[in-house]
Amino acid sequence: MKLSVQTKAFAMLLSVGLVAGCSSTGDTMEDGTYGSDVAAIDQDGGSTVYGGADGDGVSSSRLSEEERQAARQQAEQQALRNITTFYFDFDTSEIKQEARDVLVAHAQFLANNPRQNVRLEGHADERGTKEYNLALGERRANAVQRFLIVNGASRGQIETVSYGEEKPAVRGSSESAWAQNRRVELVFK
Amino acid sequence: MNAHDSHRQGFSFTTALAALVVLMLLASQARAELLIRITEGADSAIPIAVVPFAESGAMPAGDRVSSIVQADLTMSGEFRPLEPSRMLSLPSQRSEVYFRDWRLLGQRYVLVGQLTRSGDRIEARYELFDVNREERILGETAGAPASNVRTLAHHISDRVYEAITGDPGVFSTKLAYVTVTGDGDNARYRLHVSDVDGKRSRIRLESREPILSPAWSPDGKQLAYVSFETGKPVVFTHELASGERKKVADFPGLNSAPAWSPDGKSMLLTLSKDGNAEIYRLDIASGNLTRMTNHWAIDTEGAWDHTGRGIYFTSDRSGGPQIYHMERAGAEPRRITFGSRYNARPRPDGKGEYVYYVHQRDRAFHIARTNLKNGEESVITRTESDESPSVSPNGRLLIYATQQNGTSVLTVVSANGGAAYSLPASDGDVREPAWGPIVR
Repeated sequence: MKLSVQTKAFAMLLSVGLVAGCSSTGDTMEDGTYGSDVAAIDQDGGSTVYGGADGDGVSSSRLSEEERQAARQQAEQQALRNITTFYFDFDTSEIKQEARDVLVAHAQFLANNPRQNVRLEGHADERGTKEYNLALGERRANAVQRFLIVNGASRGQIETVSYGEEKPAVRGSSESAWAQNRRVELVFK
Repeated sequence: MNAHDSHRQGFSFTTALAALVVLMLLASQARAELLIRITEGADSAIPIAVVPFAESGAMPAGDRVSSIVQADLTMSGEFRPLEPSRMLSLPSQRSEVYFRDWRLLGQRYVLVGQLTRSGDRIEARYELFDVNREERILGETAGAPASNVRTLAHHISDRVYEAITGDPGVFSTKLAYVTVTGDGDNARYRLHVSDVDGKRSRIRLESREPILSPAWSPDGKQLAYVSFETGKPVVFTHELASGERKKVADFPGLNSAPAWSPDGKSMLLTLSKDGNAEIYRLDIASGNLTRMTNHWAIDTEGAWDHTGRGIYFTSDRSGGPQIYHMERAGAEPRRITFGSRYNARPRPDGKGEYVYYVHQRDRAFHIARTNLKNGEESVITRTESDESPSVSPNGRLLIYATQQNGTSVLTVVSANGGAAYSLPASDGDVREPAWGPIVR
């Protein structure tokens, strides 16, 4: 049960990583991806804008484009924030490139919601010693904490704890299990 | 001691923690006992005949004293006891020992003895002979309550071991270890204390949250360990006789890796209250902290050296975890290990001769040791996924946790690597062995 959720989260991270990667190179795919969401949100206030005269058409359509952009971003941010687990390479606490956009979305959410708190739970895979892994899990949680703070969250909103190798997401001694266990989980409360 | 070091917040010597998740089982009977499995003895094992002891009066049911002594000596890997069925006679005192017979059987030593019941006690009178020299090298009496024949037998084993090898025996010492059953919400972590042969195990602490790094006080009366029962790693001390527990380190961040000093007055701890994992010395009576390390890297797994002044520890200041030695707090650490990119959890032998640690080679984790005189490194375990080495107090045996056929076991090897025995748990995982001190 738990395993399938974790596996899904892992797959989701990978896919969002791909999407985030694309957004920096071009917009064509993004329009297609989020088109329906944007249209639905546009119905709220967008219809009056479109009702304007031709002369205002240029500005109102630009406004609408901005709104569209904002709405798209909001939806994108929300989708990003569904990702709450971040993975690391063996014996490192370096935040991976594909995790950055997601963590920025979390940081901005925390900045916009100052009463929201989050607990960062750092973990290591089973290899190596338990005490070193405890310190490594903490270093990973601290790396995520620093990233969130630099991107707008405040220190008071964040609590960190390391479980070292004690609470694996996935049982087993395979490369895949280890990769899924080297992680920091964001727990909002 | 400066003001910065004497931290007060969260520092409470409170007893009686009302932790919901923790169940103290003080008087629980033996449960989840480890099963001993002798894997092999060293080729150089010394032949010894442990003659079944003569008995007068009612003896308690269960293992015979001489059988336990025989098992102890076999377990050490240094002796090869003769099967009693192959003995030509069963002497119980000097006048009955025919040295020629024992020489023919290739024996170097013969242990004989008599047990006498007196009231609630069993008294033993035993003698150890050197077959070649036809000399008695040990002649003693010892007694124990009839309910405690294992204590009596382990004492005799210790005396025989010392008389022959010159080093104290460790058969009367204790092991602490952690077992885990179930996972997720059903996980149960249990801290046990047992005899070194896995017998007479008792659960000292049970929790739904991880228990780590048990460490013995030098008098053998207390354990320190890391417990997550409050939702984060906190170091407790635990008096075994009374079950009384104290929270000794509950700072923000990590509180871990306890290691008692040889004089029992202070304890090394890894704390991250000042930013990242650093090693501190806690003065137990005053609660004062002295910072031992100061580096942006991870510094953890502190262990006192044989002088009681310097420490060994793990640091990744060179890029990956390696073993360092430091003469005293604040001194420049000296790197000990260079052989591979992952060396951690140092455990010195207490004599200043070797330091043991977890060593990664070709993707597997083994236990290795470095000769402190010449810096030479040798890998001493042939198993993989090896963790948590703990050296016996006489420096001659090593216990560590490993995997066998997919389940975790504790394995005891002689310090030079010859396999001696393993202790699989009857249920679930077993890990984090800590070899207790010799208590006189």
